[in-house]
Amino acid sequence: MTGTWWEAVLFWSLGAVAVAAGWAVFRTDSMARATYALAASFVAVGAQVLLLHLDYVGVVTVLMMVMEMAVMAVYMVMFMGMNPALMPMSMVHSRRTSIGLAVGTFLVLGGGALLVPWPTRRGSPAPDLTASLGEAVMGSKMLVMLVVSPVLFATIVSALVLALPRSRYDRLGADLRRRPADDPQPGGVGR
Amino acid sequence: MTLQAVLVVAAALFSVGLYGAVSQQVVVMVMMGLELMVNAVVLAAAGLWWFLAPTPDGHVLLLVVLAAMTVEMAMGFAVATVLHRSRGADTTDSTTDLNR
Repeated sequence: MTGTWWEAVLFWSLGAVAVAAGWAVFRTDSMARATYALAASFVAVGAQVLLLHLDYVGVVTVLMMVMEMAVMAVYMVMFMGMNPALMPMSMVHSRRTSIGLAVGTFLVLGGGALLVPWPTRRGSPAPDLTASLGEAVMGSKMLVMLVVSPVLFATIVSALVLALPRSRYDRLGADLRRRPADDPQPGGVGR
Repeated sequence: MTLQAVLVVAAALFSVGLYGAVSQQVVVMVMMGLELMVNAVVLAAAGLWWFLAPTPDGHVLLLVVLAAMTVEMAMGFAVATVLHRSRGADTTDSTTDLNR
């Protein structure tokens, strides 16, 4: 399973873009540029996943990550307290240790990838991979969806609990009966 | 395009992400490093799936990895918000303990 030559050229080009953009995330002078670089890296990897015939996962990766990077750019502007597009920054610690760790990890993982005698392919892909994924998720692998769904819901609740400055219990008391609500600013419609 | 090529690119991405996660001071930048590492896992899993066993099992596993990415992102943003509110901090060096 080696594919055609143009697939190989496209794959290596996308790989170079993904790694270079990933490196640029930590080298650029502004957080806004770092966000866009990370988005570029994700899009390149999403395209590589598409080359591996995982259409659904590839498209979801690209869509999800582009949206996530948009949110992340907003967070940068909110929390960094500076113009994230113009002000140079260098916020790095343990630089030598980090580079050594990264190079060592690459040598171990890359060496393993090249030296391990990988087994030959077993099984063949379904004619319509996205349809087979849907059938698996709604059939034999439904337990996965049953677990992932409450985990995602719990994440929404937990993130809101963490991010809320004041909950309804702060406003209305432990029994939710305090009237008027204890708000720092009166506001509202004149009640 | 071979399995080895996919895994080498994934290893490079993972290493770059590890560099970022270890070296960066800003919490959101650390999250970027973690995202790159999970991104490498997605690519490696996709390669292993296609070249070794292209059955629906691996496809479902990739969906789980994507869900993990989503959870990490949402909780990371929430923790960054809490840190900024409670301490006015956005760097990991300012938050080396868990109590106030």
